[in-house]
Amino acid sequence: MTYPYELTPLHLDLLKEIGNIGAGNAATSLSKLLNRKINMKVPDVKIISFDEMMEVVGGPEQVIASVFVRIQGDATGSIFFVLSPEEASKFVGEMIGDESFQFGEPPFSELGLSAYTELGNILSGSYLSALSDFTQLNLQPSVPSISVDMVGAILTFGLIELSQVADHAILIDTILQDEKYHLEKVRGHFFLLPDPDSFQTFFQSLGVSSNE
Amino acid sequence: MNSSITVVKVGIADLGIVQAPNLIRTSGLGSCVGVIIYDLPNKIAALVHVMLPDSALFKGDKLNKAKYADTAIQETVRLLLDYGAKKFHFKAKIAGGSQMFTFSSGSDMMRIGPRNVEEVKKQLSKLRIPIISEDVGGSNGRTIEFDPNTGKLNIRTVNQGIKEI
Repeated sequence: MTYPYELTPLHLDLLKEIGNIGAGNAATSLSKLLNRKINMKVPDVKIISFDEMMEVVGGPEQVIASVFVRIQGDATGSIFFVLSPEEASKFVGEMIGDESFQFGEPPFSELGLSAYTELGNILSGSYLSALSDFTQLNLQPSVPSISVDMVGAILTFGLIELSQVADHAILIDTILQDEKYHLEKVRGHFFLLPDPDSFQTFFQSLGVSSNE
Repeated sequence: MNSSITVVKVGIADLGIVQAPNLIRTSGLGSCVGVIIYDLPNKIAALVHVMLPDSALFKGDKLNKAKYADTAIQETVRLLLDYGAKKFHFKAKIAGGSQMFTFSSGSDMMRIGPRNVEEVKKQLSKLRIPIISEDVGGSNGRTIEFDPNTGKLNIRTVNQGIKEI
C-alpha cells in the first residue's frame, strides 16, 4: 500500500462501518451502565493533518479527560475515549454516587480517577470486542491509561507510530450523546487510530484488497 | 511599545521564526519537545515542535524536517542564519518530552518523550548551542510562549500553573 493512503470510497465506507460497529457496542455498554438512552452519531472518517485533528476536540490547548487504550494482536492502533472534564465528572459522579465529584481541580480523587478508567475500560473493551467479532481478527486492549490534560499532549501520543511514516492521520470519530444532558451538549468522542500497517489487515479481513 | 504584537503559532511538527516585539508559541506539547533557539542581541527566535527522535524510519519522499529531532535542529539553525541571526549568539531553551501515559509494557514507543529530549540535547551539543534552561519530563502537557525581547520562556500547564524559565 502506498502512502499517503490511497483510499477509495469503498475503503472509507468500511472504516465507517468499523467505527459504527465498535462505537455502537460501546454505546450499548454505556447505556446499560447509566441505565438510560445513549445516542450515537454516524461515524466520521477523516483524513486530516495532525493540527486539524487537534481542532476536532477544540484545539491543542483545550483540556480533556481521556482514556487511552492500545490495540494489540493481529492489528494495532490506538483508541481514545474523550470527554470534556465537566462531562466526565458527571458520569463519574453518577458511577461513584458522589454528584459533587469534579475533575476541575487537581489533585483528583483516586476513586474518581479509578471510576473513569473503569468506564473507559468497559467502553473501549466493548468497542474492541465488536470490532474483533466483525473482522474475525484477534484484537486485545492494553490496560487503559487515563489523563486529564491538553488535547495536543494527549492525542499526539496516538500518532507516534503513524507520524513516523506520515503527516496525516485517518481518524475514525464517533460521537456519543447522552440523552439526559442533551441540551447541555454532552458529547463523548471515540477515536480509533489504526497504525499504518494495520489498514491492510483490516481491509483484508473484510475481503477487500487495499489496492482496489 | 508597539501595540500590534502578533503571536506566531507553531503547529505540530512545525517550525516558526520571529523577531521582537512579536512572540512565538506552540500549544499542547506532550511527548513532543518545543525547542527555542534564539539570538538575544538581535532579538530573533525560532521555535520548532519536534515530534520524534529520528528520521531513519521515514520511507516517503517528502521529509518534514521539523518533525524529527535529528533534522529539526539543523533546519532551525539554517533558517535563523538566513534570517540574519548570528550563530555565536545562539542559545537554546527546551520544554516538553512528557510521558503522558504509563504502561507496564515498557516499549520504546512509550518512552518517546525522554527519547525526544535526549536526541534534541545531542543535536544541540553537536552544534555547540548551550541550553540555558529546560522544563522537561513529567506527565503533563505544556503550552509554551517565547519572547525574543527578554529571552524568557513562559510555560503553562493544566495542573501546575504557569512558570517562566
